[in-house]
This record gives sequence, C-alpha cells and structure tokens, in this order.
Amino acid sequence: MPIPSYATPLERFWQYTYRVICGLVFLFLIAPILIVIPLSFNVEPYFTFTERMLAFDPEGYSLRWYDTLLTFGMQAPEAPRDAAWWGDAWRNAHWIKATKNSIIIGAFSTLLATVLGTLAALGLSRPEMPFRSTIMAILISPMIVPLIITATGLFFFYSMTGLAGSYLGIILAHATLGIPFVIITVTATLVGFDHSLTRAAASLGAAPSTTFFRITMPLILPGVISGALFAFVTSFDEVVVVLFVAGHEQQTIPRQMWNGIREQISPAILAVATILVLVSIALLSTVELLRRRSERLRGVTPR
Amino acid sequence: MSATDPLTTADGLPLKRALMRAQRSARWRAFVLVAPLLLFVVVTFLVPIGQMLHRSVHNPAFPANMPALTEWFRATPAGTSPDDRAFAALAADLKQAAANRTVAIVGTRINYDLPGTRSLFTATGRRAAALAPPFRTALLEADARWGDPALWAAMRNASSAYTPGFYLSALDLTRGNDGTIERVPEQRRVYVPLFLRTFGLSAAITGLCLLLAFPIAHMLATLPLRWSNLLMILVLLPFWTSLLVRTTSWIVLLQQQGVINSTLVALGILGDDGRLTMIYNQTGTVIAMTHVLLPFMVLPLYSVMRTINPAYVRAARSLGATSWTAFRRIYLPQTVPGIGAGALLVFILAVGYYITPALVGGASGQLISNLIAFHMQDSLNWSLAAALSALLLGAVVILYWLYDRLIGIDNMKLG
Repeated sequence: MPIPSYATPLERFWQYTYRVICGLVFLFLIAPILIVIPLSFNVEPYFTFTERMLAFDPEGYSLRWYDTLLTFGMQAPEAPRDAAWWGDAWRNAHWIKATKNSIIIGAFSTLLATVLGTLAALGLSRPEMPFRSTIMAILISPMIVPLIITATGLFFFYSMTGLAGSYLGIILAHATLGIPFVIITVTATLVGFDHSLTRAAASLGAAPSTTFFRITMPLILPGVISGALFAFVTSFDEVVVVLFVAGHEQQTIPRQMWNGIREQISPAILAVATILVLVSIALLSTVELLRRRSERLRGVTPR
Repeated sequence: MSATDPLTTADGLPLKRALMRAQRSARWRAFVLVAPLLLFVVVTFLVPIGQMLHRSVHNPAFPANMPALTEWFRATPAGTSPDDRAFAALAADLKQAAANRTVAIVGTRINYDLPGTRSLFTATGRRAAALAPPFRTALLEADARWGDPALWAAMRNASSAYTPGFYLSALDLTRGNDGTIERVPEQRRVYVPLFLRTFGLSAAITGLCLLLAFPIAHMLATLPLRWSNLLMILVLLPFWTSLLVRTTSWIVLLQQQGVINSTLVALGILGDDGRLTMIYNQTGTVIAMTHVLLPFMVLPLYSVMRTINPAYVRAARSLGATSWTAFRRIYLPQTVPGIGAGALLVFILAVGYYITPALVGGASGQLISNLIAFHMQDSLNWSLAAALSALLLGAVVILYWLYDRLIGIDNMKLG
C-alpha cells in the first residue's frame, strides 16, 4: 500500500510504524516454527545456539539427534550398519514404529472421513435438504467440542464396547474429528457449482453414476483432496484421544512427542519437529496448488 | 376448463400433488446422502458424549455394593441418626462386600465426598468377617469414625445412584450434615476459581489475538494479491504445523536456558542470574496459545476486510475526516463481522484447550481441561470429571449456538 503524497508527517510516521508492527507480528508467527530447524543440528544437548553454531563452525553442527531417532529403541544400535541393522531399526526403533502407526491410523481415518464427508457434503449442498442447518451444526460439532470432552466420552464408550486399545477405536475417533474439515472444504467447493452441467449430462443420456464420476467428481476433486489432507493432518497431529483410548501398541508420533516433552526434552524432539515442519510445508503447498486449480476449474477468479 | 379446476400434469395428477411428490423424493435423496455420516457421527460422537453426561449424574458404586444399608437410607428420612438396624445393615453389607472384594470401590465412592474415608472402609473391610453383634459397638470399636455424622450424611448422599452431587462438587458446593446446600470453605474452592481463570485467560488470549491479527489482516487485505498470497503463507504455515511442534518451539524459546533468555543475557540486557521465567506459568500459556490460535483470528478478519471497498475510507477523507476518524467511523464498523467471527472462534477453542497448558502452563497456567484430565487419569474420580466436562460442554455449546446465530456455520472457512 503506497503512502499517498498528501499524507501529513504524522501519517507517514504512522505508516512506517504500522509496517514495523506487521513485520513483528509475522515474525511472531513464523519464527517459533523456523527456530527449531537449526537447533535440531546442535551437537550439544542444549536448546540454545552455542558459540560454535553462531560462528558457523562445522564442528558445532551434527546429525546425531536424527541418528537417535533411528537408534532409539533398537535392540543392537551399536552393530555395524548393514541390512540386519536396518531390519532391526525398521522393526524396533520407537520413532519408526510410531510413524508406521500414525500413517496407518491417518490413512484409514482419512479414507473413512473423506468418503462419508463428501457424500454428506453433496447432500447438504442441495437446496431441498431437510433440517439442513441443524444437521450441519451436528456434523461440524466434533471440531468445536473440546478434545478433552470428546476423549472423556470416548473413554467411557470404548471401555464399554471393548474398542479401547484397538486400532479400530482410534481410526473411528480420528475419522469423526476429521469429518468437519472434509465437510467445510467440499461444501465450499460446491458453492457456485454449475448444476446445469449435471443436467446437461443427464439430458445427453448419462446415468446418475456416470454423471457423478465424469462430471461432478473431477470438478469437486480439488476440494475433496484438500479436505482429505486436512483430515489426515488432524489425525496425524491428534494426541488427546490417543492418550485416553489407545493401548500400549498404538504409539503414534504425537504421543511419542508428548512423552518426550513431558519426561526429558532432548534435541531429538527438535529433529522430529523439523521433519514435521517440512511435512507441513509440503502439505500446505499441495493445498494451495489445489485451491488455485479448483478456482480455475470452476471459473472463479481469485478474490 | 373452468377457472376453479385444479391445474393438472399431462398424466392427470393435480399439479400441487405432483410437485409435492417430486419435492419429497428430492428431499429424500438429499437426506440419503447425508444419512450414513449422520449415523456415524451419532454413534462415534453423540452417543459417547451422552454416555458421559449420564455418568455425571449416575454412580451406582454404593447402592450396587451396599444393598441393605441403601434400603435403610431409603426407608428413613434425611438427617436420621443411625440406629441399631442401620449398623447391622452396614455390617452385613461390609461382610458381603469384603467377600466380593468391592469394599475399595465403595470406599472410593465415599472418599470423593469425604476425603480420608477410603482407608476406613478398606481397614474395616479386612476385619469384616470377624464382626459380631451388637454391631454398633463392634463397628465403633473397629474405628470410632463409623459414628461420624458427616460420614453417614456422605453415605446417604451416595446411596442413590442418580445424584446431583458431582455437579455440586464441580461448583464448589457441598451438602451439610442436614442436607442443605452450602459453599465449601474458601481455601477448598478449586473448580469455580479454575473456571473463572479459564474464562479470564481465554478472554485475554482472544484480546491479544485480535490485537495482533488486526494489523496483519488489514495489510493482507490491502496489498496486491501477489504479495498478500506470499505473506498468507506465513499465516497458514503455523496453521498446518503440528500443535506439539509449535508448543515445543515455545519451550525452546522461552525456557530459562532457552533462546530468548540466552540472547538477552548475551546482549547484556539481563544478568545471568536474572533470567526471566516465561514458561511453566500463566505467561507461557498465554504466549503459546496466542500463537497457536492467531491464524483462527486472522483468516475470518482477512476474508471480511477483503470485501471492504477502499472508496468509503477515501470518501470520508475527502469529506474532511482525519485518518483516525475515517478508521474509527468508517473502516472499523465494517470489520465487526470479522472481529465477531474470529473472537468467538478463538474463545471457543481456547476455553477447551488441553495440550498447550499441560506442557507449558506449569501450575498456575492450567485450565479446566487439565483438571478434567487429572480426574480421569490420576484421581480416577470419573463422575466428577464427567460433571466438569458437562459444565464446560454447556459453555461451549452456548458459544457455538451464538456463533451459528451470528455468523453461520456455513461461513466457516479454512485457509
């Protein structure tokens, strides 16, 4: 925003101050996320920049915390690093097990949330849907209700139904938590959906299923994928429900991090954090690309 | 065809009926699409929460394991001092409970209302088989506390499975020995102050978020799209980053040997022994939660500010308003829907936060959620946890309803 030529000196001063304030707020937003990246390469077990790090001395940096992620929990971490060592790591290393669990739980709950959520969004965006706002309010509520309450309720429910400590229990719970995101993104894509396209397909003789897969689906696909990514991240990041209803077997990345932070926080946590930041950068870029593609497909000009 | 004849379709049906039939099938089709998800959410979400609400008023531990004494309580009015029949019933129940190994369950139940009584039950339970008539003397000999009127009042309260007692505890109320409701002594009030602290801190966090979000949302809304999209990434990246990662970062930044303190010491602003305590207290909770919730304030503000026509402010300026007046009288009122949406959303999310306060809050930065978790995992007073959850849920539902009325759930946007 350029400063107009008629601005008084006071207004000019204010404009510069305003920019500085905005810069500081952006710094507040982003600095905590970026600060963990260099610190995760610290050779010392400290959470601050050592003098050697500040002098960019290669001696001050190391990959030892990333190595810990591999070896922590292994049966023979000191063995020579051959195929047997990697097999050991794959089977026993805690962080690798947690990653496998997180991905399994995330994938299935995302699938469930996306399929059910997309169908429901198609129904909800029809004008003739009965009790639309009430049903919408119910379906969005898992996002609003505090996680601790959901977790408490699920704890009672699962201990009664025998789902406690099972993968199925966590997958169902995470699907419930991901559903609001799918509904919100898919209904947003369906706003401004040109229904004459489906009518045209029908008048040309396409069966409803053909119309759905050939006309509707490609148009709403970007929204569906964004919704799925939101649902996946929700599951991938969720710790409260896991703490309450998961058994010892279902150790996920966030739960492992939670334990790490509570017990003794070591720079290995920062190494995990760095990897997760990179994952979130990748996810964010994907969602942004999808959003632009969706806007182009629907002929909506970006705001 | 006369004017009074109803309009009909080609196959002779009255048009009104044909239309209604078509609309009904359209409604039905729409509902069938939503039904599977609705069923899913009801089973995996609403039923568990309903069950939790039930548990907050229902605790059968005492009547299920102490049937004879429960029967005596039912037969006598409140405030009756225990007679010989009562002691006989108590002894019979204790014997039976000891045989079933359920004395500890009963003791725990009474312990919720009268701390320190669990050991009374378990100790007497171990010797219950040896109790012989007359039971009053036998029990009072075993432990004089069996004659305590407060104990009998607590047992009477616990004798009905459905009880408002957990809500009373959750509101720092208690029943006196004669059954009247009164507030607990000042130093034992825990929950009401914690609810107040939760709402207070949430309000402070909401205010801080608004203060920080307003300038950057304004900047994002007025910059050319190319630049604002780039800066938007700085808002969206935290939104997509794991909550635990962001909390860890704040621990790294704020702790005594952390980045901020070390920098201040290195710059000579602080002495090495004067390091600031910014974490494991309320300050830590407020800073970290403001950071976590800031995107939820920026996004609604931004989407409202984008639609504000800059011509209005320019018109105000050209009519002689100072820039402050133009902002206050013209710009600010137009942003109110965004402020409302963002503030409500942030407040709703803040009230129920658990992870961040648990990790960076220390003792003074804990919120009500942390106490619910404590009662679920450590003290194992599940009914009290359920009652606290129900109260928190009530607050959140009211705020959610308000959000739906004022802003509409349909207008919730993500990025």
